[in-house]
Amino acid sequence: MTTAAAALGSPELARTLQRVESRRRFVAIALTLPLLLFLLATFLVPIGALLVRAIENPEVAASLGRTGQALASWDRRSEPPAAAFAAVAADLAALDEGAQAGALARRLNTEAAGARSLIMSTYRATQADLKPAGQTPEQVREAMLALDARWADLKYWNAIAKNASRWTPDYLLTAVDLKRGVDGGIEKVAPDQAVFGAILLRTFNISAIVTLCCLLLGYPLAYWLSTLSARQANVLMILVLVPFWTSILVRVAAWIVLLQREGLVNKALLSLNVIAEPLTLLFNRTGVIISMTHILLPFMILPLYSVMKSVPPTYLRAAVSLGSPPLSAFFRVYVPQTYPGIGAGALLVFILSIGYYVTPALLGGADDQMLSYYIAQYTNVDVNWGMACALGAVLLGATLILYAVYRRVVKSELSLG
Amino acid sequence: MSKTSLVAALLAAAALPALAQSQLTVVNFGGANGAAQKKAYFEPFEKSSGAKIVGVEYNGEQAKIKAMVETKNVTWDVVEVESPDVNRGCDEGLFEKMDWSKVGNKADFQPAAVHECGVGTFVWSTVLAYNADKLKDAPKNWADFWDVKKYPGKRAMRKGARYNLEFALMADGVKPAEVYKVLGTPAGAERAFAKLSELKPSIQWWEAGAQPPQFLVAGDVVMTTAYNGRIDAAQREGKNLGIAWYGGIYDLDFWVIPKGAANKDLAMKYIATASSADAQTEYARLISYGPTNNKALAKLDPKVLALLPTSPANSKDALQFNIKFWADQGEELEKRFASWAAK
Repeated sequence: MTTAAAALGSPELARTLQRVESRRRFVAIALTLPLLLFLLATFLVPIGALLVRAIENPEVAASLGRTGQALASWDRRSEPPAAAFAAVAADLAALDEGAQAGALARRLNTEAAGARSLIMSTYRATQADLKPAGQTPEQVREAMLALDARWADLKYWNAIAKNASRWTPDYLLTAVDLKRGVDGGIEKVAPDQAVFGAILLRTFNISAIVTLCCLLLGYPLAYWLSTLSARQANVLMILVLVPFWTSILVRVAAWIVLLQREGLVNKALLSLNVIAEPLTLLFNRTGVIISMTHILLPFMILPLYSVMKSVPPTYLRAAVSLGSPPLSAFFRVYVPQTYPGIGAGALLVFILSIGYYVTPALLGGADDQMLSYYIAQYTNVDVNWGMACALGAVLLGATLILYAVYRRVVKSELSLG
Repeated sequence: MSKTSLVAALLAAAALPALAQSQLTVVNFGGANGAAQKKAYFEPFEKSSGAKIVGVEYNGEQAKIKAMVETKNVTWDVVEVESPDVNRGCDEGLFEKMDWSKVGNKADFQPAAVHECGVGTFVWSTVLAYNADKLKDAPKNWADFWDVKKYPGKRAMRKGARYNLEFALMADGVKPAEVYKVLGTPAGAERAFAKLSELKPSIQWWEAGAQPPQFLVAGDVVMTTAYNGRIDAAQREGKNLGIAWYGGIYDLDFWVIPKGAANKDLAMKYIATASSADAQTEYARLISYGPTNNKALAKLDPKVLALLPTSPANSKDALQFNIKFWADQGEELEKRFASWAAK
């Protein structure tokens, strides 16, 4: 006893133990290092870059430095001082390539419609005959107003003053239908420009309906599969998995063929005299929900099935033998045991749904588009990557909040079987 | 075969295409238009220059060009872009400046086709199209398009604000020549959206240019807005579709060269060939988009000419797409459209 205690307390043994321990830790880290690096490079870095881009605002700060200073003490309600006009002309004249002016014009145009042509025409003038050097600020002001009367409009000046710093909350605010007012206070945008709140709500709405449909369709199927013998279940599982492996575009195209006005579904219903007029199943919410439910169903069935496999049938039998009616026994004894499967499946389907793009784009109308559609629109068409990243950040935030809520409610880690 | 000779053979195989001929990557919108370009432009150029053309399709996403230019990894040599993008990309430095001494004589082209960064390649129009089998009394203008009593049934329109706001104003009685003046005022934009709201329950939205003729043929809609060339292609397949040219919006597509393209000189040569009178004449015969080269226009026979957006009869009451207006107001109006669509 005493020798063991002495040995344990001896510094030599402690050192040896420590060495063994640190070697083991080193091996563990070395083994997981490739995966960590991979995740870092393909997941964390891009997401970090996305978040940075959502608040980055380099265009005005980089091209209109002097103007930013000249506007620092401006009250934002009266016409800016002549020095600010001179500073704009000097800044534009000093741009060494057109690309910078183009980027500046694009950035300001997202704040104040019309700024694109205003900036570009003024920039071209400064490269030709509007030379600020050697003129008084008043003369430059006159020349700029003569070139384009819109320089008297405060909306453009406010757009410049607001974006003079390198970082901006504007993209993120716009993504939730808010904006900074003239004085820097946060306010709601005009009703005809408010759009993302409704789109986010619509995204959640569609996702919730799809999740519910998947649950209602998937639960009985998973239950039935779990009661079959392993061999039969495996064969049937292939039927679940084959569509899962088919390209999503192929499946969406198949739904177009099935659901169109003269499609199989309408023809069948018409010939059975169920309906008198063909139903509109395409390019509206119905088509989107039918197709998304079909595509996401395996994500519900697989976790449900794996949980149901592990539920012993004896409990249900015991409940029935103790006098419970079968239906009540099913809902009170069996279903609670499958909650982890329901939770995992529902969360998986819901999170996958809120990022959906292709299906609503091809099968939905103008008011069935989800948030991803607008992210693509800003990325590809408007080439406003700040806005696209801000919407991406909102989507990411919503997903993380959902996951946190799920953990709080279920009080366990996500189990996918 | 010994190991070394195998390696040598592989190396030779890899080097062969590069040695044998140079390659040029030309990007267009595909579809019926892409097929016409292949025949009228790609094939003659491959024959005359000995270069191989790799055709790529895209959907007009300028973001792709921007990403290439910014990462200095430009794999596209010549790209067909729509007119708003030629301006925007030129302003932002995404395109090479066009060397007009190499691509053609400026005076031979229509004024709108001459650009600092691009050469206009054809004139196309967004028009009212209908299924002539189903509508005995042909619609003539946008007021008819809006008239759901006289022409019951759905109408298809492009998803977005562009074109639709102009059409709405014309349906509301604004003359083609005054559309942009009215649309530029807040009251005018309000008026356009209000008119669009009237038709909202009957609108089915389309996104790709191939969809409108499909909708018409399938009987999903009785009328649609459509690119005239797509309707022309369907007519050539024997479908009885009709076009009302009144108040159509015409616009140009341009050839541009992304900044830093690997084969810039060859790209200029390609553009020169594709802009020549012969090539454009052949192209207009294959698809009814109007040539930009005046000499090509002169060569076309009246039957082909009558189908083009640029023919005197068809362009009489047409509207030229206003690039500057949409460059300035586009983002705000598109956002307003999204908000309007959600209501």
